[in-house]
Amino acid sequence: MTFDVERIRRDFPILQQAIRGKPLVFLDSGASAQKPRAVIEAMVRCMEERYANVHRGAYFLSEAATEAYEAARGAVAGFINAADPREVIFTANSTAAINLVAHSWGRGVLRPGQAVLISEMEHHANMVPWQMLRDEGRGIELRVARVTEAGELDLDDVAARLADGKVGLVAVTHMSNVLGTVTPAERLVRMAHEAGARILFDGSQAAVHRRVDMQALGADFYVFTGHKLYGPTGIGVLWARLEHQERMPPFLGGGDMISLVTLDRVEWAPPPAKFEAGTPPIVEAVGLHAAIDYVSAIGMPAVEAHERRLVDHAMRRLSDIEGLGLLGRAQDRGGVFAFSLDNAHAHDLATLLDRAGIAVRAGRHCAEPLHARFGVESGTVRASFGLYTTEGEIDYLAEALTKAREFFA
Amino acid sequence: MFDDLRDLYQEVILDHGRKPRNFRRLEEADRTARGDNPMCGDRLELFLKLAPDGSIADAAFQGRGCAISTASASLMTETVKGKSAAEAHALSDRFRALAMTGTCPECGAELAEEMERLQPLSGVHEFPSRVKCATLAWHTLNAALDGAKEASSE
Ligand SMILES: Cc1ncc(COP(=O)(O)O)c(C=O)c1O
Repeated sequence: MTFDVERIRRDFPILQQAIRGKPLVFLDSGASAQKPRAVIEAMVRCMEERYANVHRGAYFLSEAATEAYEAARGAVAGFINAADPREVIFTANSTAAINLVAHSWGRGVLRPGQAVLISEMEHHANMVPWQMLRDEGRGIELRVARVTEAGELDLDDVAARLADGKVGLVAVTHMSNVLGTVTPAERLVRMAHEAGARILFDGSQAAVHRRVDMQALGADFYVFTGHKLYGPTGIGVLWARLEHQERMPPFLGGGDMISLVTLDRVEWAPPPAKFEAGTPPIVEAVGLHAAIDYVSAIGMPAVEAHERRLVDHAMRRLSDIEGLGLLGRAQDRGGVFAFSLDNAHAHDLATLLDRAGIAVRAGRHCAEPLHARFGVESGTVRASFGLYTTEGEIDYLAEALTKAREFFA
Repeated sequence: MFDDLRDLYQEVILDHGRKPRNFRRLEEADRTARGDNPMCGDRLELFLKLAPDGSIADAAFQGRGCAISTASASLMTETVKGKSAAEAHALSDRFRALAMTGTCPECGAELAEEMERLQPLSGVHEFPSRVKCATLAWHTLNAALDGAKEASSE
């Protein structure tokens, strides 16, 4: 199928509106993406026609809802080429998925004296849970690998921090939500495994922008979040190898995660149910399934090619703007650009852009240590692209930035 | 493209944003407090020198922030100099009403001149996500007057 961005835009009802009398230019998909009609309708249909709790009732609707929920798990497994749908655990979002690993695997499998290795470019979601683990007095160390001036992961530094063999887990982003940098995942898997460590990827951004393949990658854990993948909020994914799930104690206790409960004793349900306590995000799973079907029909290679065009175009247009300082110039990058403009403060700039109908994010994008690393404590403006972003929108952003510079001059 | 933003970014604000007044440390300050807006990373430190009668003899600040928060802190330090603590608190209440609603119906004649001076910031009420930028300095002033060390506009 050829990639027809105008046709794709028509699939997203929200893009049809004007903001403050100007066409909406939505450049904040990295924070959360807009939803195609197919997702919205699938969720409505689920609630209007097929809704009941799952795994509980022996009646038509409950069976239908259970089937839809498990079909969503199958769709996720297919999307990331997991070897087995049971490797897919549904969570609330990426943050919940990482916290699950930190609580369960971090407390149940990691041993005192071992370390977790993260990087300077992590989103707080892949930083704070590990700081909490470190600060619990379990003797678990937290190491932080450096980022180069170009905004790439410093692989020599990673190697040096792995060298003593004490790292039990490497937890790194697959694509930075600030720098756009795509990390060399296969290489990191090799480095981690050779050093005797397991590896988790925060794929919140990467899974949206390129095809990720669990069997080819060979990682141990991979997380992503539905709402950035054109799906609904309230659902995320933890992909975890079954052998790890077997060894991991449950995180939350409650209904649906047990196979037997007496007052004296409980037995855990087999994975992945063991990690899905309580009523799961049923409607959201149906929505995520529809989102996966939607992007799969376009095809991830086409999505990636479109993004590459946008990235090249944005690089050219943004480089032309005097006074614009781009954070990170990684070779391998996705459609996320964080920048500053002369002395204009990020929030002032975002307010101006908003008046032009452009939605961007201002601040530190849940990556304060990274902004400190690049000496921009007061934050940056971030423009991030989606399936529906056009080169024309990037031109309009560049034009608005040029005018904003004059405004504050 | 940005003409309608001149209400928010009036010349006074751009000017105070670029060249904030009283932008220095007061080494002999009697009161200091830090203000933090964690959402946007704005941060300022306020210094007050008090006269024997407890009124504000001098006010100054340092820190970093957007044009709105810097201009607001700058205008505030100019406005509260010579005011009693009670007057400063009253100004603070009125300013916050102004920033949130664009008007201050209960302001009356008292302190009218001071409020007039702060008027250029009233445009911020149309930008809900920016109101906190304008009020951060005033939260910090309250904290300093009350002897607290930290203020947050969150
Ligand atoms: C790289 C990265 N990791 C984690 C997250 C957290 O995702 P969520 O808020 O859905 O848990 C985000 C997005 O906010 C992100 O960009």
